[in-house]
Parts: sequence; C-alpha cells; structure tokens
Amino acid sequence: MQNRIKYWRGIEELENTPEFAKHAHNEFPEFLPVKGTSDDEGALNGKTKRRDFLKLMGFSLAAVSLASCEAPVRKAIPYLNKPVDVEPGVANWYATTYYQGGIYNSILVKTREGRPIKVEPNPSSALTPLGTHARAQASLLGLYDNNRLRTPLIKGKIAQWAQVDQEITSRLGSTTGKVAFVSSTIISPSTKQLISEFGSRFGSFEHVTYDANSAYGLLSANGGVVPGYDFSNAQVILSVNADFLGTWIAPTTFAKQYIQNRKVTAQNPTMSRHYQFETSYSVTGANADVRVPIKPSEEAAVITALYNGITGQGGAGNVPAAAAKALAAAVKELKANQGKALVVSGSNDPGTQAMVAAINNSLGAAGSTIDANKPYFVKQGNDAAMIRLIEEMNAGTVGAIFFYNSNPVYDHPLSERVVTGLKKVPLKVSFSERVDETALLADYVTPDHHYLESWNDNEPRRGSLSLTQPAISPIFLTRQMQDSLLTWGGNNVNYYEYIRNNWRKIAPAGDFNTFWEQSVHDGVLETGATMLTVNSNFTAASPVAKPVKAAAIEAVVYEKVSIGTGEYANNPWLHEMPDPISKASWGNYVAMPQRMSEEMELVQGDVVKVTTPSGKNFELPVLVQPGQANGTVAIAMGYGRSLESMPVAEGLGASAFPIMTVVDNTVLYTGPVTIEKTGAVSPIAQTQTHHTIMDRLVVQESSLAQYKENPKEVTEYIRIATKEGPAKPATISLWDDYEYKNHHWGMVIDLNSCIGCGACTVSCHIENNVPVVGKAEVLNRRDMHWMRIDRYYSAVEHEEGDFAEMENPAENPSVIFQPMLCQHCNHAPCETVCPVAATMHSSEGINQMVYNRCVGTRYCANNCPYKVRRFNWFAYFNNDKFANENYMMNSDLGKMVLNPDVTVRARGVMEKCSFCVQRVQLGKLEAKRENRRPKDGEIVTACAQSCPTEAIVFGDMLDPESRVSQILAREQGERAFHVLEELNTQPNVTYLTKIRNLA
Amino acid sequence: MQHVSPIREPLVTGGKTYHDITEDVCRQVEAKPNPRWAAAFAISLVGLAIFFYSVYRTVWFGIGEWGLNKTVGWAWDITNFVWWVGIGHAGTLISAVLLLFRQKWRSSINRAAEAMTIFAVICAAMFPVIHMGRPWLAYWVLPLPNTFGSLWVNFNSPLLWDVFAISTYFSVSLVFWYIGLIPDFATIRDRAVGPIARRAYSALSLGWTGSAKGWSRYETVSLILAGVATPLVLSVHTIVSMDFATSVIPGWHTTIFPPYFVAGAIFSGFAMVLTLMIITRKVFKLEHYITLEHIESMNKVIITTGSIVGIAYTTEFFIAWYSGVEYEQYAFINRATGPYWWAYWSMMTCNVITPQLFWFRSIRRSLTATFIISIFVNIGMWFERFVIIVTSLHRDYLPSSWAMFSPTMIDVGVYVGTFGLFFTLFFLFVKFFPVVNMAEVKAILKSSSGVTHTHADTMHSTDKDLNTNTDHRHE
Repeated sequence: MQNRIKYWRGIEELENTPEFAKHAHNEFPEFLPVKGTSDDEGALNGKTKRRDFLKLMGFSLAAVSLASCEAPVRKAIPYLNKPVDVEPGVANWYATTYYQGGIYNSILVKTREGRPIKVEPNPSSALTPLGTHARAQASLLGLYDNNRLRTPLIKGKIAQWAQVDQEITSRLGSTTGKVAFVSSTIISPSTKQLISEFGSRFGSFEHVTYDANSAYGLLSANGGVVPGYDFSNAQVILSVNADFLGTWIAPTTFAKQYIQNRKVTAQNPTMSRHYQFETSYSVTGANADVRVPIKPSEEAAVITALYNGITGQGGAGNVPAAAAKALAAAVKELKANQGKALVVSGSNDPGTQAMVAAINNSLGAAGSTIDANKPYFVKQGNDAAMIRLIEEMNAGTVGAIFFYNSNPVYDHPLSERVVTGLKKVPLKVSFSERVDETALLADYVTPDHHYLESWNDNEPRRGSLSLTQPAISPIFLTRQMQDSLLTWGGNNVNYYEYIRNNWRKIAPAGDFNTFWEQSVHDGVLETGATMLTVNSNFTAASPVAKPVKAAAIEAVVYEKVSIGTGEYANNPWLHEMPDPISKASWGNYVAMPQRMSEEMELVQGDVVKVTTPSGKNFELPVLVQPGQANGTVAIAMGYGRSLESMPVAEGLGASAFPIMTVVDNTVLYTGPVTIEKTGAVSPIAQTQTHHTIMDRLVVQESSLAQYKENPKEVTEYIRIATKEGPAKPATISLWDDYEYKNHHWGMVIDLNSCIGCGACTVSCHIENNVPVVGKAEVLNRRDMHWMRIDRYYSAVEHEEGDFAEMENPAENPSVIFQPMLCQHCNHAPCETVCPVAATMHSSEGINQMVYNRCVGTRYCANNCPYKVRRFNWFAYFNNDKFANENYMMNSDLGKMVLNPDVTVRARGVMEKCSFCVQRVQLGKLEAKRENRRPKDGEIVTACAQSCPTEAIVFGDMLDPESRVSQILAREQGERAFHVLEELNTQPNVTYLTKIRNLA
Repeated sequence: MQHVSPIREPLVTGGKTYHDITEDVCRQVEAKPNPRWAAAFAISLVGLAIFFYSVYRTVWFGIGEWGLNKTVGWAWDITNFVWWVGIGHAGTLISAVLLLFRQKWRSSINRAAEAMTIFAVICAAMFPVIHMGRPWLAYWVLPLPNTFGSLWVNFNSPLLWDVFAISTYFSVSLVFWYIGLIPDFATIRDRAVGPIARRAYSALSLGWTGSAKGWSRYETVSLILAGVATPLVLSVHTIVSMDFATSVIPGWHTTIFPPYFVAGAIFSGFAMVLTLMIITRKVFKLEHYITLEHIESMNKVIITTGSIVGIAYTTEFFIAWYSGVEYEQYAFINRATGPYWWAYWSMMTCNVITPQLFWFRSIRRSLTATFIISIFVNIGMWFERFVIIVTSLHRDYLPSSWAMFSPTMIDVGVYVGTFGLFFTLFFLFVKFFPVVNMAEVKAILKSSSGVTHTHADTMHSTDKDLNTNTDHRHE
C-alpha cells in the first residue's frame, strides 16, 4: 500500500512549492488568466478590463449551463460474448432445494438473463411435487437484500477474507477449551460430515443443534427423529396444538398428504375426519372438522385422557368439560379406524410426546400412517444440549464457538445467559448472512452465501435426497460456510468437490458423472439411498405428560406462517403477507379471546403491557381473536427487531421469546403472563377488517352427510324469477355473449382443498411485480394483493336479518377460506364503465388491463363486485417513501428480482390479476413454434403452481380434455358455483363448495 | 305587454324608474371596491391558494394523498363533483325554464344565478380531472382523432356521457349568460369614463347599439337558447346520476336516480342561489330588485323539490325491501344504522325535515330563517352525495372487502379550495359585471313595479314624470 507508484500532476507538485500547496485543493489551481484579480485590483473594484470581464462571464455562463445539463447515464451493455445457455428473454430453470427453519421444499428456480426471479415447486420431487411454502417463494428476495453482508467482518469492521482466514486459523490453533459449533437443524449429510471432520481436529468439540421453534419433545420420544408421518393414509386425524399445515415439521409435504383424503367427488364421497385441540387459531385448526380450544395447562390432561382412552388404561383424567365430549367421540373414532388413524402433538414436552407415540402405536399407525423407515430429519434441535452449552459458556470452558443459521441471542429463552456466556468465549465466529443479534457480539462474521448461490445436499426424510445448486454466481464477497470450514480445516478441496466425493458413496455402478449430472438436473434422488446420520442421544422419556402450570393468563408463543422464527425479518413480501387467520400483516400482537378482551375492557388496537413472572415486559396491541382458548393469549415469535441490518422490521412488534419457559432442560412455548392496559393505541394492519359472511351466498359449504345423501343439494344456486318460472341468471341476459374461437381460459378453485396457507398470494406478488406498500398503507386499506384469501368466521347464533348480530364472530367459529382474484367475468362490470376502454375482454376470455391507456378514474374498481382491482395510489418504484418496504422496486439490487415479463405499473393506474397473461402468451408461443396446441398443464398461473393442495386448477375450457373442463363437467350442478351469480357477471373462475366432515 | 293581476305583489319595489335601475346596478361596477368586498375577495383568494396547494399535492404525489382505499375508490372527489354540478342547476332552471314559462320574477335573479351556475360547473369540472390517477392524460376521455391506432373512447361508459353532458351544459350556459350580458355591457360602456373600462366593456358588448333589430334578435336568441338549455337541466343530472345508476353496486344501481338527482340538483341549486342572493342584495343594496317576493318564490321551489327528494329517499327504502335482494336491503339498512349513520341522518334532517318549515309563510318570508335553511340544504345535499357514494361502496358485496373511509387534510383542502375558486370568480363577477340584468328588469318595470300596481290608471301612462329619478312611493 505504501509503495504505490505516485504520479505527479506537474513539476510543481514534486517540488511542492508553497504556492502550489496553497492552490492544490482548488479545482482550478491556476485561476483564469484575468488581469487584475490580485487583491489590490480585484474584479469587484470596477477596474477589470472589458475583455476579462467577458471571459469570466462567458466561463461562468458555460459552467452554470453545463452543470444544469447533467443527465443520469444509464448504460445498457450488450453481451460481447454471449454466455452459454443464456438467451435474452428466455428463462432457464435450475432444480435446487429450499430448506430454512424446518421448512423443506424441492424447488425449481427460474432465472432470466442470469438472475433468479421466481421459485416454483420441483415436480420431480416425491416429497414436495406440488406447491411451495410461502416462505420458500419469498426466500428469493434474500438474494437481493441490500442489508446482507458484502464482506467478512472482524469486530464489526470490513475485512479481507485472507486476513479473516489467517486470524481464525491461528486463533483456532491456539484455542484451549471446547470448540462448539451451534447450528439450527442441518439436513445436509455432507455438511454434517464436514462439521464432524472439522471438529475432529480439536480436543473437545461439540456440534450443538437447536431450533428456535424446537421439536425436542417429539425427537426425545422417537429416538431423535420425527416419525415418518403419512397423513395420506389417515382417515382420522387428531392434532393437539400441531399446526401441521402451516408451520409444524413439514407443512408442504403434510398438506399434500392431508388433502388426498379431503378431496371429494360424487363418486367417491369420503373424507378423513380431523379433530384439532389447540390454543391459538392455526391454519390447521381452520381446516379441522372439529376444533376445540384448550389451554396449554389442559394439554397434558387431554393427551392423558386420549392415552387412557385408546390404550385402555384407567379413567379419563380431568379433561375440561368443553373438550370431553369431542374427546370421547374422537377416541371412539380413532379406535374404530385402527391402522388408519394418526395423532400428532405440537407439544415440546418429551413425556407428552412419548404418550402420543404410544397412542399411535396402539392405533396401529406403524406401517401405515407412520412409516418407521422414513422418518423426517427436518428438525433435530436438542434443547438440553443447547442449555448445557450455555452453561458451559458461562462457566468459561468454551474456547471457540461458531454460529451457523442460529441466533440464540435473539431467539433463545435464556438469551441473557447466552450474552453473558459469550463474553467468556475468546473466539466467536458467526456465519450469519447479516449482522444479527448474535453476529453483533461475534469477533468474526464470515457471511455465508444465500442458498441460491450455494452447493449443498439435503436429506429431509430418510431415503429422499436432494441437491442445492447455485442459480447465480455469488453477488457479494461472501463465502459458503462449508468452504470456510474446509479452508480453516486446511482441506484444499472445495465444497462442491466434497459433496461429489460424498455422493460417490451412494452412486450406482456406472459413470459417476452421468449419475451426478442427472441428480443435479432433477434436483432430487429418491431411490431410497440415505446418507444422513442423526444424533440419536436424546434421553427417552417415560410416557407421562407433564402438565403446564395453570395460570390466570397463559400465553403461547407461536410461529407465523409468514415470518417464521424471525429469519425473514427483512423480507417485505412476507411482512405484507397477511396471517392466514388474523389477516394481520406487519408486526405481531397479543391475540386475545373475545371474552378476555371484554373482561379487561380492551378493544382491538389497545396497547397492553405483557409482563412475565421474571419481570420482563413488552408492549403490544391487542387483536381480538375468535377461537383463541379462554384464559390464554397468543403472541407470534420473530418480531421486535431493531438492527441496522433489518430496516424492514424496524419498529414492528415485540419479541415474544422472553415468554418461553425452560422446564427440565426443555423449552416450552408457553408461560404465564400478566397483562395491563397502557391506554395507548396502535392499530393493527389487517387486510380484512370484517370477519363474518353476513349470511351471504358468496362462499358455500355443506356437510359430508348431505353430500353423500344428494350431491346436487350441497350448493345453493340463485334463480331469477321470470314469467316462465325461475331461470338461471345467465339465461336472461341483456348482453351479447363473446364468441371464443381458440381458447377460453378458466380456473376452478376447490374450497375443499384450499387450506388457506397463503402461498399463492406470495407467489402472485412475486410473479407479477406487485408492489409492497408497507404498514401505513395497509392500514389505509391499500394493499396491492392481486390474489387474496378471504377468511370468514362463522357468526354467533342470530335471528335471520339481524345484521348487527351477524357481524360478531362466534366464540369458537369455524373458518372458511376463499381465494379471491379477478373473476375474469364474461360480462364484466369493469369493462363497460371505463371511459377510455383501458380494460377490456380478450378473445380468450381474459379480462385485460391496458396500463398505458388507463387514466385512473377508479370507476372499474368501484364497479367490481369482487373488489379485486388495485390502484396505484402512489408511485411505488423509485420513490423514497417506499424505499424500505418496497426495496424490490427502489434499489438497483432489489430491482433484480422483478419479473422482466411484467410491466411495473405507473402511479395512477389500475391493476389486477391478469391470469398470468405473460405465461399464457409464452405457452401459446412455445406451442405455436412446435406447430401444435398448448397441452393442458403447460400453462399454469403462478397461484395454481404454488398451491400445495392443487386447490387451484387453470386451463383452457374449450379443450374438453383439460382438467378444468373435466372438473367443470363433473361438478356442474353439484359443487360448482360462481360467486354472485345473480349479477350475471358470468365469471371464468368457478368455485367448488366446501364440504365439512362434521362429527 | 301582458296583463298582470293586481293582487300579485310587485317584483320591483321602491318606485324605481328606468334610470334608477341603471344607477343602482352600475354603481357596483363603477364605484371603487368597497372594503367589505375587498375583505371577502381576499378571503376567497386564500381559499384559492388552498385549492392550488391541495391540487398540487394530489397531482404531484398521487391520489394516495386522499383518504381513498381499495374498497372506496371515490369519496369526497365525486361527492364534491355532484354537489357542485347540482348547485349549478338553479341558474339554468331560472334562466331557461322560467323564461319559457314566462315567470317574470326570474329577471332580477337570473344573472347572478347563471353566473353561479357557470362558476359551480367550473368547480365541479375540477373533480373529474383531478380525481384521475393521471390527470395529464385527461384529454383521452375526448373522442379526438389520434395516433394511438385510432383508439376511441368507450361509448358505453357513463363517465364519457358525463364528459359530454358537462361540457355541453357548460358551453350552453356560458353562451346564454354572455348573450344576456351584452345589452348591459353596452350600458356600462356608454357610461364608462375611464379609457380601460370603456375599451374593455366596448369589447365585451360586441358592438351592441340597442337597435330594434338587435333587440329582436336578442329576444329570439334568448328564446332559442332557453329551448336548448331546458333539456339540459334534466339531462345533466340525469347523466350524472347514471354514473351510479348503471353500476352494479347496491345503493347505486337504482332506476329512481335520474328524477331524484334532478330534483335534488334544483333543490340544492336554489338553496345556493338563496344563500348568495341574500348576502348580495344586502351588500349591494338591491333589496328593491330582489324582494321578499323573490325569496318566497324560491322557497316554494325548495319545499317542492325537497319533498320530491324526501319521497325519493323513502321510495329507495321501499324498493330495497320490495326487491327482496339482500344486498340492496343491507345497503339501505347500513346507511341508516351502519357506521355512517350520522351522515345519513344529517342528510335526512337537513334535506327532508328543515325545508318543511317553509310551509309557514312567516318562515318563507323571513330572511334569517331562509338563510339558515338554505345553508342546511346545502349541507344536507353534500351529505346526500356522500351517503350515496361512500356508504354504498364501503360495504358492498363481499364482506371481506368492507372498509371505512376517512378524509385526509388534502381531501378537505380540495373541497374548501373549490369554495375559494368559486368565490374568487363570484366576487370578480359581482364587482365587474352587472349583477342584475338591467335590460330585463327594465322590461318588467312597467308591468310589475310598485308604482304601476298602486296606480292602475297610470299603467299605460306615457307621463314623463313617472320616468324620473324621483321617489314615487305613495304611502
């Protein structure tokens, strides 16, 4: 650095004369050769010569006008040498794997011009062939997050990799004491092997796995693995506080399995029955046929009663009266369905889980609803080991610690002990992609790649392998954790080679390269080959459920479908995604049952102070949640961040982790709290503020009994009175019908299959460059979702026509979801009212929005009975007002995620669902190039593609072979209905009536 | 000259002569601005500044500056639009319909009422433009030849009909008003002393000489324009009402809207005329031309149209019940008992109950009462539009999308700002234009002034004494 060659501007600089030094900092060291500019006869004293004056003036004028002419330079640089496989305008797809916080999805990544822009399910996968989790969709944005670390840090200062490597290697060499590697669950066989190889160099090494939302109890009861649940074989399902369709273990896989027995047709009118005993209202609870709210302190009693009832041991225990009846029915039914029944529990108490395992055992679950040979590995966290490590840190026996995908300073209930312990650890290294709470205290932050920049392998379930391959070369100077370990361990292979070498073990005979390339191409290898070994030294628990101590107010800490345990705190897509049940976005809240809110005289938005027994407290607004068990409140984890690296999460909610309690080395996601009113008000940004259906026929449901009796009577069809008698609205139209000659696109949404998970809403957001508007604008009711899921609670009992009463949800309401998007009406109310014809009908039945013709009168939105049109109230791109919430459209890096096939809409224009017209056009073009018609299933909308339960089917209604046509033909007059049919809008979106298997 | 019943009260009192009329009306134009006028004008300019600021915010940052949301796409903007258009109705009604019906009492108020119409329509026309997301493209709503691939407007859209209705109405009203002004401009021109005033009024009077031929053509044109303008009185608000009536939103989709809107428009227009005229006659000492008789006549129109509006409200409720359509029924129950009940009951109180006080003659002829009730009617009619627009939209078909609307300061600013715009124009008008139609008032002087009524024998007299500037009142 010191020896850099120096160039002089002239001999004066070399000599460095006093005169040079005086003027060196000026832009023009030699002033313009104006005579008389010296002090005694300056330009201002009137003695300047005319020529000099003119020179000066001319120069100033030119300078000023040049300065004003400055225009931004935007460079479009063509390829000089075109990269192989990159065709401008043509997408490339790469199979890879998403795994984060327990959620596993085998995915395909769509890249355009080298940029990953969309995540889709990998149909080759047996585990997750359909749909994705909402988080998998949104995880893409992490790649383009400006707040990711761009270089390693030493004590918070930007550093070079070489220096970091050198320092860490030397400090590791001289470390005394234990070397600990703390991670969340790792499902990569190669990574695990690598970590243990890395650790073998040290005298004392431990790889501690812990999960922020732990399944320790479940693992303890099942030998360190999650039992190989298979909901597709279950005719009776009973879940106690396990949100297996939303966040628990493997929701995408479970949803696919679960829905197989929930889809009905007139030929096959059978359905599984689903009992749910839970504290807070979860997505899973919303899908249950029987849902019973219970307190955490009652959970043990319920499980015990179940255990006693099924294994035939002893009495029923002290089950709350409300649950007893449902429980008795459930026991009877479970027993009647030997080998076709499954009980799951979300409890983290090993004793409880041991009881559940025993229950499943005596129900004959083994081999049918639980595949013992195929356990899940997606949760491996060991609470006891982590707690022990924290104590060791405090005792000063830990010499070095590594944090990989783990942030205990934030998300561990003993975070204060973690902080004090960390002070005693000489070497602390974090692999965090950003400076999170733990990385803030680390000596070194060696940022890991985003998963879309990484190579890896995965084994989420025994015998199901998959690969993670990069879809883009690293954007920043980050390095994959595994490569860092290899470097520090003195191993010269890179991680890619390391995985390949590892995979040779399972490769079949023959050319390894062919096998490898095929595996990378498919993304999955589900031949039964297994590589992962899990730590099975969990202490087996005796099957005695340990009751949680009852308290006046029992709080539960739950994981939101969107934000997870907090790893997505900087992801605006997930913040904007409304919670499936509460429909609240941007922040957490105290979900409180109606009765408690009335007793405490609280209304929604009132801020309360929540205090734990240890005196920790925080303030959050109240959300009145029907169905929340009485005497309990629920608070979502993952909020309350205030770090520079997470500006999106700044000021949103509070951290609920302090509520969690540690009992016998087990983390319980519940604890007693006291709640006081503060008098402050903080409104909650809900995308839906009216919660009951008001006895309207916009969404229809019936019972399985009725459906079996007569499938033609489950749906109510509106008929209009005419002098010839009641007639279908469509038959008495004043309008001329469109003639569709080539295609007629349509969609069928099966309300029986929709679990309300919300993956489609996020997928739609990403596919269509829908802006994120942020909390303030959601509060203004200006969210931009093209696709939303309407959630209705059943109302309290009321007289017919008692409108005031029907606005009130029942205390424990049933929930129905209705995905709502542009209905693409054939007689569209929006089309007739636009003065400039900016919205019109396509020759293929799609209601089109011509953005550049729109003048923004909003008449179309007013006249839309489905209220699916969204207006650009502001410019959401290149607008500092939204720089934080909508960085996808406001920073150069963020903009890389935008779909180049879809226009970013200008301020003042209307937008709405287009049936993914860009995909329709692409599909038609490709078919045309091959001189054929598009095949059914080739053209899929983003929502349909991301649906894990195939609730949404899109296709050509003119093609009699298409699935849409077949479903419509089958369900006509039975379950198929149009929303608001009496308006004769004749939508191209058809819904299928929801059937409940009521007990 | 037609016969006028002697029991009719005179339309011009105070024994005014032709010369008096000229003097009384021209005084305002020729005199120095009086301090009360100047103060009022200054306040209007402040309002105008608020208007410009609010519009700047709206156009520069976007419609998001207002309180609208995904469910309520129109609120104050279109409420204000319909309200101002409604106010504009009285002018045309007074000048055209009453001319055809030969209602002489219109003569002294038609000028101001027409001016009010034009200014109200200007205010109204602001809203369809600024409520657009991209107002700089507002000309796209005109069926102009273009190079966008010869892209036409959508003739199905009621908003397009609005464009035609409002622009026709505005141009016809403007021409009608201006033609009526020509003889009076000529009078002022002839009296003008300053060179600027003389040139200006000379240009404005378009070379009017007052020849018999000129008068004859003037009368003919007035009659033709009245004929043209009369259907407009009905058509403008009919078409405005179709913005709502042709939609599918419960509470909007109502066949009763055209007559109901027209009645409402006349109702609010007359109320506004009264509000303004009661002030103007006082400030400009025109009590002899705008008499209690005029005010009473207008109050009668108000009670009639107010009752029509009241019946319309009731009919809507009946039809909602009778239709058996649950959405329709809910829309109306929600109006009366939902979260916006206060808006609905403000409307009912102001529009239906207060005008019924005019059944009492004493109230009809009380300036204070009339003034207060006219303000009430203006408020009530604003709420009527607010109720129709916002309470219908905020809870329409799908309960999932139900939302509330609350205005922002910019919403308020635009509305208050249009008052600034309106009054700026109005005060300029009263200062520089003759507020009362001198020519037409002179034409009725003989048949309907106090003098001729009390002296039946002098009704056809040519006695020059009667045409002097002396007071001829006989106690």
